[in-house]
Amino acid sequence: MIGFTHFASSRLHGKKSKRIVFLCLMLFFSIQFLDALAVQRFPKPEFESGYVQPETMQPAARAEMLQIADVIVLVIMLSVISWLVVKKRSRLGVFAASVVSLAYFGFYRQGCICSIGAIQNVTLALFNSSYPAPLAVIGFFILPLIFTLFFGRTFCAGVCPFGAIQDLVAFKPQKLGTRLNAVLGLIPYIYLGLAILYAATGSDFIICRYDPFVGIFRFNASFAMFIFAGTLLVSGIFIARPYCRFLCPYGVLLNWISRFSWKHITITPSTCIQCRLCEDSCPYDAIDLPVTGTNPESRGTTIRKLILISLLVPFFTVLGGWTLSTVHETLASVNGKVRLAKTLVEPASSVNQTETIEVTAFKSSGKPVAQVYAEASRVLKQFYTGSWILGCFLGLVFGITLAYRMVTKYQKDYLPNKGTCLSCTRCVDYCPVRMGDDNLPAI
Amino acid sequence: MKARGAIRTFPAAIAIIRTIANCLKQTSSASAKQVRINPLQKMEEPENNHKINRRKFLGAGVRASVLLGLGGVAALVLKQSVAGNLVWQLDPAKCVQCGRCATSCVLTPSAVKCVHVYAMCGYCDLCGGYFKPETKTLTTAAENQLCPTSALKRKFIEDPFFEYTVDEPLCIGCGKCVKGCGAFGNGSLQLQVRHNRCVNCNQCSIARNCPADAYSRVPASKPYLLRQVGDEKNLTAKTPRR
Ligand code: SF4
Ligand code: SF4
Ligand code: SF4
Ligand code: SF4
Repeated sequence: MIGFTHFASSRLHGKKSKRIVFLCLMLFFSIQFLDALAVQRFPKPEFESGYVQPETMQPAARAEMLQIADVIVLVIMLSVISWLVVKKRSRLGVFAASVVSLAYFGFYRQGCICSIGAIQNVTLALFNSSYPAPLAVIGFFILPLIFTLFFGRTFCAGVCPFGAIQDLVAFKPQKLGTRLNAVLGLIPYIYLGLAILYAATGSDFIICRYDPFVGIFRFNASFAMFIFAGTLLVSGIFIARPYCRFLCPYGVLLNWISRFSWKHITITPSTCIQCRLCEDSCPYDAIDLPVTGTNPESRGTTIRKLILISLLVPFFTVLGGWTLSTVHETLASVNGKVRLAKTLVEPASSVNQTETIEVTAFKSSGKPVAQVYAEASRVLKQFYTGSWILGCFLGLVFGITLAYRMVTKYQKDYLPNKGTCLSCTRCVDYCPVRMGDDNLPAI
Repeated sequence: MKARGAIRTFPAAIAIIRTIANCLKQTSSASAKQVRINPLQKMEEPENNHKINRRKFLGAGVRASVLLGLGGVAALVLKQSVAGNLVWQLDPAKCVQCGRCATSCVLTPSAVKCVHVYAMCGYCDLCGGYFKPETKTLTTAAENQLCPTSALKRKFIEDPFFEYTVDEPLCIGCGKCVKGCGAFGNGSLQLQVRHNRCVNCNQCSIARNCPADAYSRVPASKPYLLRQVGDEKNLTAKTPRR
């Protein structure tokens, strides 16, 4: 109110008495309805000097045509790189294509929208009928998966800007060993599961929140994210593509789908001659070595293993579900509604606390408290169900991974693992066999 | 004695542990064997055409079902999709000028700027958005200004009117002027995501931090939510008073 009289008195020095009367009326009006209505307190002036009011500038958003162009570029890049990998088998070509993708999707498009993040848009659209996912986003999610179903993970070879930037720094890749690879390989499942849980409940897009490379593409990142990206790139010199192998949630989907791919890259163009030259060529430990059946395990061991697996897998599934469901409230505290409800409950116990800005904002919104509680408890219920499902899923993945390590898989040649191979085409150059060398005698 | 008794009560557990240990030992020996195979020992199994055909057929079946599954997901989300893009925008009617728009954006300075809706402005001499409330002399001295970066420019038009413009490159989107204008003036200064600056993050990082839930995705064809003259009723009790 003090501010108001202040204003009015300053206005009194104005020339027009008409204005003064009007202002007094305004003032009277405002006193009466101050809390109910924030009115146009001062009317629009009538200018006499021929002053023309400027337009309020509203710069347009990125043109929608460009959005379509992005999808077209994606399809072209996927086609080119699939051809380079499966038909041409050219490492140089793949490298060149990955630089182009890095420039376009990374530095020009600044990493957004990417296929990895699009998982969350699709999930949100599936669970929330009021969210309309843009067509381009759906395209970014589904197209690489379809290409993978036919040609393996060619998207990872050089279309994904994240993969491309890490591939450029993989100078001195070290072998990690199958066990470490298997353990670290569980992290993407956790990441994927949490991302889906948070997207489905409309809480947050954690893949975008903890996206390490997008800050590099924009030359603009918070300090923490910069450190994260730096760590990944530096460790990426020795552990090739750490994000792809041990974090990327989209990689999980690509891994599954690639296992059924129609034409996957092969190390040798015709027949493997067991020369072992490619054995150490894969920077991602994605080459499965031959396991011959020279020393088959006894029948008893096989049966014991099978029984153990059939006991362990359900056990881990239930254990996982139960464990996560016990912490569903902690998981749910990422959700803004749950957090608000919590802070609204708390002041009753701790009186001397200063009101958080959230509470102030909530009070001025005029929303009933009961509504917030209802919304929060609905979200909590979703988290309870969600964490059971997620826990069971993770337990199942753990159980299957363990089981998978227990059984011996016989194979006679050096083969890229269809799930983990990123189709980078490096191993191809190590194979001495040339196309058409079909009748080469086995060594 | 006790320990031995406990062990006797769980023979099953012991058996299981022993089997796990055995199995793990065997896998590690198997994997060791993988590396040390002798190429001369390569087994020349005759290619079994029947087996290969069956595998091909199975593969095709799985591929078809994966394709169907992907198509199903796509169909479900396509049903409610929009052709155009969505962008982030904040609703000034909900905003409480907390200051997080300046600090939470992934860009520095923020893509959120103060926007002046001239049509709503009263062209006041004593502008609640320009001057600090305790200001005595209405000079443009920096210590009188609410804006920490002097991004709000004041220009004399005609007695007693002054025009205020936002110097966008200077504005950091802190919302101090917006708060002043909303509390003492017409509310013509409003915060908006500027789409020539915003990189349109998939999840706006301010939206996740906004205490007033003011952010939403809006169609890119209509990307601003500016309040106009006559919209004030929407503002009911939403602007906090100092
Ligand atoms: S694994 Fe993930 S981050 Fe790596 S290239 Fe593939 S999609 Fe990109
Ligand atoms: S193409 Fe070869 S080198 Fe590249 S990831 Fe696959 S197996 Fe490894
Ligand atoms: S974060 Fe929300 S409440 Fe705070 S200034 Fe921005 S829009 Fe307003
Ligand atoms: S979408 Fe990104 S760039 Fe735009 S305002 Fe939000 S955080 Fe800033």
